[in-house]
Amino acid sequence: MLPPPLQAIPVLAELQRWDPSALLEGKLDRGEVTLVIEPGKILEVCRRLKQEGGFRRLSSITAVDWHPAAPRFEVVYHLHNLETNQRLRLKCRLEEGAELDSVTPVWRGADWYEREVWDLFGIRFRNHPNLRRLLLPEDWSDHPLRKDFPVHGRRYDYAEEGAP
Amino acid sequence: MRNAGPEPPEESPAGAAPRRLTLNMGPQHPSTHGVLRLVLDLDGETVVRAEPEIGFLHTGIEKEFEQKLYQQGVTLTDRVDYLAPLSNNLCYCLAVEKLLGLEIPPLAQWMRVLLTELTRLNSHLVWLGTHALDVGAMSVFLYCFREREDILRIFEMFSGQRMMTSYFRIGGLALAPPRGWHQPVRRFIEAFPSRVDEYEELLTRNPIWLRRTQGVGRAPLEDLLDLGVTGPMLRAAGLAWDIRKAEPYSGYEQFQFEIPTRRESDVYARYQVRLEEMRQSARIVRQALEGMPSGRHAAEAPHVVLPDREKMKTEMEALIYHFKLVTEGFRVPPGEVYQAIESPRGELAYYIVSDGSAKPWRVYMRTPSFGNLQCLPRMIEGGLIADVVAGMGSLDFVLGDVDR
Repeated sequence: MLPPPLQAIPVLAELQRWDPSALLEGKLDRGEVTLVIEPGKILEVCRRLKQEGGFRRLSSITAVDWHPAAPRFEVVYHLHNLETNQRLRLKCRLEEGAELDSVTPVWRGADWYEREVWDLFGIRFRNHPNLRRLLLPEDWSDHPLRKDFPVHGRRYDYAEEGAP
Repeated sequence: MRNAGPEPPEESPAGAAPRRLTLNMGPQHPSTHGVLRLVLDLDGETVVRAEPEIGFLHTGIEKEFEQKLYQQGVTLTDRVDYLAPLSNNLCYCLAVEKLLGLEIPPLAQWMRVLLTELTRLNSHLVWLGTHALDVGAMSVFLYCFREREDILRIFEMFSGQRMMTSYFRIGGLALAPPRGWHQPVRRFIEAFPSRVDEYEELLTRNPIWLRRTQGVGRAPLEDLLDLGVTGPMLRAAGLAWDIRKAEPYSGYEQFQFEIPTRRESDVYARYQVRLEEMRQSARIVRQALEGMPSGRHAAEAPHVVLPDREKMKTEMEALIYHFKLVTEGFRVPPGEVYQAIESPRGELAYYIVSDGSAKPWRVYMRTPSFGNLQCLPRMIEGGLIADVVAGMGSLDFVLGDVDR
């Protein structure tokens, strides 16, 4: 359900009328609008926001790891409407191993952003045209922006080697 | 990494020799300005398919932010886009200040505007010099770096550093502006418009330059928007969108300047837009210089801003605040912000998530070069291999900014 200040925004009211089950939460904080979207409906919501809401620009896609909390991941989309100069943040909350629909059919520019999220967080996107690692080498096995990925190397222990 | 060796020969209809060739350009290539690998599929001299491979400069800066106190993060931002360090300083500071709800005194705001516009000049000068060099005009580079040197000296005068300035801090500026800072800035800005005339004399009507840039690397506005391109690239395609005007920050609404646009969306149009932006930036610097307010250089917020050195010698509280800030940092209320600014390359934004502690939970940098580089295949596919470098130059990407 949307709080009253957000219902005053026509695009969002429209979105809620179209499918109330797609919108899980909404908040207005520090002048920024955040909507939490049902993960299964992200592609359809994005398509509508672009075609009917005028959000022609996708600014970025990224993720946040809330480990050890559950659900673990949030995939965050920042959209921008050039005509009204409105910015909108969409979020999908995901468990580890869950997948999301790719939004590349809506914005082609989502390609690298989704590849980056896969590379650094290990979140897969269904129907992505080319979901390969983007920044790290292809034979890399981990996803370094996860909170359980160590920042320091393993402490060397002399006792293991039986040194004096 | 994709295997970029020669592809198996294709069946050609009349039994002629295969024409397709896969060419690996980079990662070590002088015109990629960093480390970018391009895999080009060629048919004769025509580029059929281009695929950028990035990540060679990935340093995990976003991960490192999570290990640092908020005020320590400032020094990381310089290293992202090393041609526009102050733009990155500014964006990060604005984002954290938005989380904190901190008011910045007018002197600091105006000084930030003045220095980020000098940064834009600095960045555009490097772009112009290297872009012209790539396309074959050697002397422009020497002129551009002459002026860039003056700007770097000004940065050094303010911050003690030529490139990794870290001069903007959360709450204001790191140091009060040095005594007599007006003179070098004034001297530079009086001379600068005539320097831009010099560059124009070298290039704008130069027939070789025109033939290398006009009609090259074209891409329609629709495609650019779809691919996530921002900044001068969009303005050269006819969209008058500039975050300094659309969502003013740091007091930009008090300055008069215009958004230059062109419609052609080719390499030449991007050149014209950036040159005109340099003139507009010089205008802003002049206004900031003439109207510079007086007052404090940082907000009066002892829980965030380091105390005055003099006060630390006489006041117990100042000493305690200093100790607490340096050892523990300051806590930032939980929440998230997305702060966008117009960097020399386009929309630069920091998305910061705070969990209420003294270190950010997540810092995401939406860097303009990353978004812009995605449209490179769209620009060069179908063109000649000789135009690849011209197209890349017109994008003005910085690989540190792409890979982070």
